[in-house]
Amino acid sequence: MDFSRDALIRTYRQMRTIRRFEEKLQELVAAGKLGGFLHLYAGEEAIATAVCAHLSDGDHVGSTHRGHGHCIAKGVDPRAMMAELFGRSTGTNKGKGGSMHIADVEKGMLGANGIVGGGIPLVTGAALSAQVRGTKNVAVAFFGDGATNQGQFHESLTMAANWKLPALYVCENNGFGEFTPTEFAIPVKDIVDRAASYGMRAVIADGMDFFDVFEKAGNAIDAARAGEGPTLLECKTYRFCGHFVGDPTPYRNKQEAEDWIQNRDPLDIFERKAAESGLLLGDDFRTIDLEVDELLNEAVDEAEKAPHPAPEDVLTDVYVRYS
Amino acid sequence: MARELSTGAAINEAIVIAMRSDPTVILMGEDVAGGGDRSKEGTEEMGGVLGTTRGLVGEFGMNRVRDTPIAEMGLLGTAVGAAATGLRPLAELMFIDFIGTCLDPLLNQASKLRYMFGGKVKVPLTVRTVTGAGMQAAAQHSQSLYWMTTGIPGLKTVVPSSPAEAKGLLLASIRDDDPVIFCEPKGILNQVGEVPEGDYEIPLGQAHVVREGGDVSIVSFGATVALALQAATALEAAGTSAEVVDLRSLSPLDETTILASLEKTGRMVVVDESTPRCSIARDVAALCVDKGFDFLDAPVKCVTAPHAPVPFSAVLEKAFMPSAQDILDAVGEMG
Repeated sequence: MDFSRDALIRTYRQMRTIRRFEEKLQELVAAGKLGGFLHLYAGEEAIATAVCAHLSDGDHVGSTHRGHGHCIAKGVDPRAMMAELFGRSTGTNKGKGGSMHIADVEKGMLGANGIVGGGIPLVTGAALSAQVRGTKNVAVAFFGDGATNQGQFHESLTMAANWKLPALYVCENNGFGEFTPTEFAIPVKDIVDRAASYGMRAVIADGMDFFDVFEKAGNAIDAARAGEGPTLLECKTYRFCGHFVGDPTPYRNKQEAEDWIQNRDPLDIFERKAAESGLLLGDDFRTIDLEVDELLNEAVDEAEKAPHPAPEDVLTDVYVRYS
Repeated sequence: MARELSTGAAINEAIVIAMRSDPTVILMGEDVAGGGDRSKEGTEEMGGVLGTTRGLVGEFGMNRVRDTPIAEMGLLGTAVGAAATGLRPLAELMFIDFIGTCLDPLLNQASKLRYMFGGKVKVPLTVRTVTGAGMQAAAQHSQSLYWMTTGIPGLKTVVPSSPAEAKGLLLASIRDDDPVIFCEPKGILNQVGEVPEGDYEIPLGQAHVVREGGDVSIVSFGATVALALQAATALEAAGTSAEVVDLRSLSPLDETTILASLEKTGRMVVVDESTPRCSIARDVAALCVDKGFDFLDAPVKCVTAPHAPVPFSAVLEKAFMPSAQDILDAVGEMG
């Protein structure tokens, strides 16, 4: 294993932060403290964490309605994210975006996106920008299996392949588009089968295994930085909490869900593999768990105390200038 | 002798000036070159379906002049992403009718990123697009859909009325830090007129009183400004003094100039090439009633196309499009 103890700690802390962030939101909704639509990333933590480990602030990512994990992995402050979900003026977006639009462009986070597939062309544009300006930056689009049926996916990948853009397209295939199992909606067995029509490199990774995603995303990002064009990376994963907070998941096979959640939890898999390296002990993980709990408790406390936007802010930030 | 150019040539000149003065300006769209730089093969590029962008790939190269596939959603979505990450893209949507294939990047992304992100990003994108009837291009290539983009907060919408106006307004649009939909009405594309040399901008949001008058105001924009001027000439011969206002930009809308003209004349005709429902004409009429009621000496009249698709037949298309006579009739109806 080519990871230092520090890198393993950093990775586990990030995955745990994403998981606890989502669990916290469930608790807050149950307590009637949060409004709006929330889509949780629990179960998919290994993907965002592994991909973003290869990125710097100058590299852009675009996300989805299920975007909290991508934001945290890209370095967005979970406290500011929590404040945003409470609609406070101290939030990442000054309370104007909410869960489906969290963004932090200084961190290279081009936003969650409420439109399925809507982030894919934005990321393609960020990759075009990097190419035109001659930087070594890359741009990464995260999207679900359902988004690969959208025209935005097809049009963007066509252009990215034509122009050999420094882009990575990460499909988080969690088995469901909203409530419909993937096999009802997508006529190919694997999403990567679609890449052939763009002449694009395509790779499948085990989305529950940080180390597998890390290696394959790393290769693709290195190729993009070297001018070798884009890659479609399909990560097989599972949505632990259903489509949205409050989804009773009647459409889901209970045994299948149980199997993924009990036996293929990406945090458990990471902990097992990291522990095998001998660099981290069980106590190390539990210490991190406590620190993460504390961070998120503080984030909620701060968010609840933070000021609301002023009503007149409804009219600010519409334009840079309008007269 | 003053230099004269067509509107298409004036637009080409504005793009050259913008690209020379700012290396972050890129041009992208379907056939903006047409197969990229083909000069070495002894062929010439198309430079767009109407030839407006011919010659640009030769000067600026294929890194900054990008032929896209016929994929309007990918084209505009990519332009939005590039605008949010350091470029100032000038994207071409060949005809505004194609907005049906690519509304999301305009409706949900370009217009809203800045607001949703709490003001922490800007999207300096300009979309050039051809609008309007008059070329027998029929129902799917002749619409005047600027009312759609005008109704979307976060977007600006500009419609020039002459070659000189097109050049100055396009330079201002490209250099504007907000997303701008720049409409090029077919009725003015081949119009030839005097165009100043060099770099100049016409600020967005400032209407232009093209002709002063005291008896009736004719508010117009784009290709209808010429109709309004024709009508004003005919009215003058009949003893009525008409003031003609060119809106230039629909969003932002220069309410001050509209209301000042109404206050002066007491009578208002609004001319708009588009269909009537939810149109700019009715929007301006509502403004006059809402904020200028005390100035009104007669009902506000709207001269628009009818509530129908644009027909192919030259006879039908002529019947569809507003004319100077329609404006005269409207003034006559006011009594």
